[in-house]
Parts: sequence; structure tokens; C-alpha cells
Amino acid sequence: MLGDLHVEILIIGGGPAGLAAAVAAKNAGVQDILIVERDRMLGGILNQCIHNGFGLHTFREELTGPEYAARFIARVKELEIPYLLNTMVMSVGSDRTVTLMGRETGVKKIKADAVILAMGCRERPRGALSIPGYRPAGIYTAGTAQRLMNIEGYSIGKRAVILGSGDIGLIMARRLTLEGAEVLAVAELMPYSGGLKRNIVQCLNDYGIPLLLSHTVVDIRGKERVSGVTIAEVDEKRNPIPGTEQDYECDTLLLSCGLLPENELTRMTNASLSTVTGGAVVNDRLQTDIPGIFACGNVLHVHDLVDYVSEEAALAGENAAAYVKGAGAASGDPEQIRIETEGGVRYTVPQQIDIRNMRDEITLRFRVADVYKDKTIAVYKGEEKLYSRRTRVLAPGEMEQVKLTREKLGDFAPGEVLKITLE
Amino acid sequence: MAMRDVTVIGGGVVGCAVARELSAWDLDILLVEKEEDVCSGTSKANSAIVHAGFDAAPGSLKAKFNVLGSRMMAGIAKELDVPYVNNQSMVLAVGNDDAAGIRDLYDRGIKNGVEGLKVLTGDEARELEPALSKEVTAALLAETGAIVCPFELTAAYAECAASNGAEFRFLSEVTGLRKIDGGYELELSDGGKIQTRYVVNAAGIYADIIHNMVSEKKLSITARKGSYLLMDKEAASTVGRTIFRVPGKMGKGVLVTPTVHGNLMSGPTADDEPDRDNTATTADALSQIKSKASEMVENVPFKVVITSFAGLRAHEAGGDFVLGECGDAPGFYDAAGIESPGLTAAPAIGVFLANEIAKASGAGKKADYRPERKGIPAVSAMSDEERAALIEKDPDYGKIVCRCESVTEGEIREAIRRKPGARSMDGIKRRVRAGMGRCQAGFCTPRVMEILSEELGVPMEEIRKNRPGSELLI
Repeated sequence: MLGDLHVEILIIGGGPAGLAAAVAAKNAGVQDILIVERDRMLGGILNQCIHNGFGLHTFREELTGPEYAARFIARVKELEIPYLLNTMVMSVGSDRTVTLMGRETGVKKIKADAVILAMGCRERPRGALSIPGYRPAGIYTAGTAQRLMNIEGYSIGKRAVILGSGDIGLIMARRLTLEGAEVLAVAELMPYSGGLKRNIVQCLNDYGIPLLLSHTVVDIRGKERVSGVTIAEVDEKRNPIPGTEQDYECDTLLLSCGLLPENELTRMTNASLSTVTGGAVVNDRLQTDIPGIFACGNVLHVHDLVDYVSEEAALAGENAAAYVKGAGAASGDPEQIRIETEGGVRYTVPQQIDIRNMRDEITLRFRVADVYKDKTIAVYKGEEKLYSRRTRVLAPGEMEQVKLTREKLGDFAPGEVLKITLE
Repeated sequence: MAMRDVTVIGGGVVGCAVARELSAWDLDILLVEKEEDVCSGTSKANSAIVHAGFDAAPGSLKAKFNVLGSRMMAGIAKELDVPYVNNQSMVLAVGNDDAAGIRDLYDRGIKNGVEGLKVLTGDEARELEPALSKEVTAALLAETGAIVCPFELTAAYAECAASNGAEFRFLSEVTGLRKIDGGYELELSDGGKIQTRYVVNAAGIYADIIHNMVSEKKLSITARKGSYLLMDKEAASTVGRTIFRVPGKMGKGVLVTPTVHGNLMSGPTADDEPDRDNTATTADALSQIKSKASEMVENVPFKVVITSFAGLRAHEAGGDFVLGECGDAPGFYDAAGIESPGLTAAPAIGVFLANEIAKASGAGKKADYRPERKGIPAVSAMSDEERAALIEKDPDYGKIVCRCESVTEGEIREAIRRKPGARSMDGIKRRVRAGMGRCQAGFCTPRVMEILSEELGVPMEEIRKNRPGSELLI
């Protein structure tokens, strides 16, 4: 497999994004593909997401995370796409030379015609939140707790407080409860939840777990194991309000305070990164500004549903396939159309459109900065309104999308930009 | 009960340095430590700086041992295979600070015997460190200023001592100490008793309590808390040198410094703490660090802070180190009040106390003493060729466990197998940096726990963060 040390498409990451990209690239006619996965199995974080709710868009049925992953893993095996497990990508150059390291692999350098970045994301740790107090055992990010409970099968605590209402935190509130632990409260710094509405209903409300909006943890007690935390209300500037402190006796603090795309390898390629998404800047082909390097899934921007990860990654796979056959320009090409955001739209992915090479239809994915009611999503080319859609509620926890056709976009004058806004 | 030659109380950098230097002599040595591992107190939470030596009052023990230690550190780091970088340091006068303070420090440095000092204008300073504030009016450059890894220095001293015959006993707090015929008897929290001819008191912030058990010349140590912020490696290029401000009466104030592993660190604050076990950070201290650091260096990237922590320095009422044989307790040797520049001074303190005890005991040099210690292979710092060769020999070095710091299973297993080896998650983190990076152990925790469980032969439920009671699973 590694004899010639060259592959057409090398995919970094064997989670949902990497798997879907591999299947799509193979279906697009590329034979020589390699998936590199650092964990001991394919499937990525889905393996620890044993709750249901996956696949409603992709398969029109409700699957657990491992079931959803299994469908893609089965496809990868049917299509005989090679993959390496327990293997870490140590470096990626802008020339798409990839260095791998693994117990069986040793150290290998592979030159790829195209690279698809699908490394996923990590959780924001306690230190990055600057929560004061002691540093005892019993402070976990929600995903670490999820892995220990769902894959390894251990009990991580009996009485927990959860900071942050991201989806994993909400899911873990229910999971801990089902395992017999008591979840005292979920505190959320913002005046709204960062998670999906359905998770708040199914994981908190159904179990009577209070969600404290505009609250945060201001102290952690316990020299050895967590013995308690203090939660306080915060003002509009998110500063704790003196006098609102409440002590909670608990042995565990879970953190679900945001996910960060894991782009250390992307940096090595010199691809431009967005300060908003934390992922690469890409065009509608999901190509970074380094030719032949594509990105998809949570390493590109954090998604709400895995179904959209699969959809986006399939596109990256097809585009990488087209690239190795000689099509497409990289983002950053000055002739590409830039997409500007306004009025509460935080970002879009892609950030640019390769108008000369675009497909008949493209999907712009984005998130909003706050909770908005009765707003219209509008897309403009200059003064011309190309698209508008009324919405009832927009929330930062949910990813939005707009589909635009090539026909509708038409021709652009040099320097003309596309603008997306809420009004 | 057999009489030991020497018992060292405390497994911080000073205790371990003393143990290592003593192990060059024909003495049998025991080190007792109340925590589960070496480097569990002040030595694990400090600025990791090798001070040039211009700060301490001329004639003080702090000045003497600082300069001696600073001169020794590069050689010790090489001998013990410990990361050390001579990155230089700079003291700034900012805004309305008295620029004459810089001159005073220079003069004091010359008196203390510090080499390589230069007084710079603000512009000269900014030329060397472009990130310095426009408000910097003058600076002292210390060419001998350096940084070192305090965790690995302590572990390396301990390993070297152990390989030369010193024994280590953990989770053994000294609860009683009395003079007996020909030496001392120690009572330990684990129920054990030890008789020993000589005692070295390197008990850090508890050194006054130990000292006062045998001496009428009482010591009084105040735990002075210092909080720090550690930033991701992407912040590393902010400054190359260690940046201080003209010192005040509570210590040298907040500094901004690179670490030997390429992070950026800022701190410490200085708050006297009545509870000697209180290493909690406070919101106030963390915000103080940010504002003080920002007065010296522009755009310190606090948004990439990956962790905050606090350590306690042992401030003795006399203001100086207390070193050597206690006047009214023969055979009892103090290394007390070792606050800053304690890390720098540790190599010199180790040699000084070992020589004193060797002389008093009449012990000869060990013929087979081995001063070197080889570090655990750091895969992250290797070339591809070196990695390939190592994996060929031991495939465990091919399996990355901590992705942020590129730490392999081989390194983690080796950290546990060393003597004295890691017994806890923190012990592994300090030795090989698994969990030290930007995700702060989010991904590697389950696997590191499994490896500890396998190597130690204990169930997962007994894996601890550090001391008993800090089990990760309950």
C-alpha cells in the first residue's frame, strides 16, 4: 500500500468527514485514496455518541452515532478504500507532502496529488475559560467524559454541574442522569443556549435539569477531587454580578463551552485561516488557498448536525477528485467572488466562489451572532437582491444554509462581491 | 532499627538536588516526600527562570547562591539532559518608573558578580524586543538570564540520585522529629519511623514547621501565592527574552517569558496565603497578570491562554535563604526559605549541603558515582530519521497519545518505569508533557489512564490526578 509513497488523494481523519470524502472521491473515479486515522478505529467522535438523532437528513431514519458511522465505514470497505489506523499525520507541506507516524507504519513520507483535511475539532478546556479556583480531579470536558463513559464504560462522577450548554454538554446531562448521577444544573454564560433546541427539550427539560442562562462558574473548590463550584449570574458584559453567587456541592464539573477546529496541520500548509470559524478559508470547491488542499467537516467550521458534515465532505471528495483530474482553482485567487457578511451573519463557508468553475448549485453555510426573531436572510450582488427567505427564529446554536444557483448568480464585474445579511 | 546516614525531607528541586549531590558520597540516603511524586510543591509552579543574580541584596545568601547556581545551570542541564535555553532577560523601567532603578540593579549585579549586564535605552530595548511597550524608558539586559524546565530538572536530579543508590519514600509526611543519640528520629504519616544521622530540611513552605521541631531559633515561613497564565505555542514569538519590571517589595513582579517548550507564560502575582495548601487561583489575580503584563509588552495574546495555575513560595521572615547546619541542632541542615531565586540556586545549594554533610560524616567519594542522567526520548523534538530509528527499536514510540504535544506511548511508559517514576496523571504530565498542551488532556486522558493502570497493575478506579483522593473515576 505504501510501496510507491504516492497517492492521488490523502484524507487526514477517518471520522464522518473523512469517510464521506473518501466514498465520494472513489465514486468520482479516483482509485488511489488513503485515509489516515489516529485513533484505533474509524468513525471518529461518532463512536462515543451513542445517543440517537443522527442521519435524519442523510438516511431518513434516526440512527445512533456508531450506527451512522458504521454505514459509511461499510461503504469504505465495500469500495476497498485503504485506511491506516493508529497513525498520526505529523506534518503536511504546501507541496502536499505528508509525513505519517505509527506503530506499524513507522515514519513515512507520502506525496499526494490532493489532500483533504478532515481532522475535526477539540473542546475548549478549563484553562482557556480562565475559571478561577483549585485544579482538582473531576473537571472534564463533556467529550472526554463521554468517551470515558460510553467507550471505556467508567463512571466519572455522582453529582455534576455542567458549564456551557453546547450539544455535548446537554447530551451528557441526560447521559449522566441515566447512569444514576445527579446533574444539579447547566449554567450558560450567554443569554441563550449554544445547543440545539431539541437537545434542551429532550436532555434537560425531560429530566427536570435547570438551565441557568446568563450564569457562569466563578469558583472551583476541592484540593483533591472537586467538592463544589460557585455559580453566579452575569451582566450584559458577561461579568459576574456580586451577590448572586450560589454554591453547589458536587464532585464533577463538565465543560461544554465551545468547540475549536483543530487546524495545527492546516497552519503547516500555510493555508489562510478565518479568525471567525477557526478553520481554513475555502472557496465553493472547499479548496483552501493552497492548491490541491481541501477542507471539510468540523476542522473547517463547527457543524450542528453530522448529516451536513457528510454532505459537505462528499463535496470536498468530489472536488478533490476533479482537482486530481485537472480542474479548479484555489481560493485566494483574486478573480474569485468574495462573500461579505453583515447584520448578524458571523461567517459563511465557503468564503469565496470560483465563479468560472462553479457547479450549478452551491450551498452557503453560516451561523448567526445572536438570537433573532422574524428576520429575513438576504443575499445581494451590489444593489440587486438575489435571494431572500423569512425566518421565525435564528439562533447561534443552529447552522443555517442558503442555496444559490449559477444561473441566479450570473456574471460578476471585477471586484464585485456577494453580500449576505439579516434584515 | 538501622541508622540511616542522611534523610532528606522534601522532594522538590532543592531536596532532589541535595540527594543527587549526596549520592556522589559513600552515604546511604533516603528522601521522604509527603506527596505521591517529586516536584509536587513550589518546584512545579514557578517562573521556570534561571535568574542572572542582579536582584538579591549583595552579601545575602540569595545573591551568592543565585550567581553560583546561574553559572552551574547550563552544565547541570547538559549532564542531566534537561531542557535549558540561555534566552537572556531584561528588566524594564516603564512610564513613570524610576529609571534610576535600572542603574541600581546594574550596580547591585556588578557587586554580586553577575557578568554580561548592559543598561539600555527604551529604543535599544525595543530594537531587541519589538513587542515591548512604547512606554519603556530604560532597561537592564542580562545576558546570562536563562530558562529551564523545572519539572524535568527535579525529576532528573531524583533519577540521578536513585541511580546512584538514593531511596525515595512517597506519601510520607514527617509528623514528628526528635534528637536521639547520634542523630534524629523521624515519625512519618505512613506510620513508619526512621533513624538517621543527618537530616536535610528541604520541606519548602513547610520548612519552618520541620525546623521548629528541633531548634529553638524559630523560623517563620509565609506562603506567598503566585498565579500564572500559560499561553499556547502560537504565542511563542511574542518575546524571546524573559521580561521583568523594576522590582517592588513583594518580589520581582509579573514577568512575561517564553518557556523552554515554546509556550509563553506570564505571572506571578504575590499574595500572602494563610492556608499553606491553597493553590487556588482567583479572578482578581488572573486579571492583575493581564494588566501588568500588558504594561510591559504590547498585545500579549491572552486569547490563547491554555491554563492558569498558582504556586506558593516559601517566604521566610528574615527575607533570605536559611542554609546549612542549624546552630542548636547539630546534624540538622536547613534549606529553608527557598523562594525566588530558589530554582536557580538549587544546583549550588545541592553541592553546598552535600559537601557540608560529607565533611561532617567523614564519608569518602563513591568510586562508581555516575553523574549523568539520560532524558526520556522526546519524539516531538526528533527528526524523521531519529523517529524512524526509535520506532524500529520500540514501536510504542510510534504511537502518539497526546496529540497536542506529540507525546508517544513509549514516552509515557518510560516515565512510569523510571525510578522514581510517575505514579499519577500529573506525574506523567510533568515528565513527558502528555496533557500539557492546548487541549489540556481532553483527548489523551483515557489512554494515559489505561497505560498507568497497565504499568502500575492497579485498576482504573485507582488512577489519580495526583495525591490520594484525586481519583479520576468515582
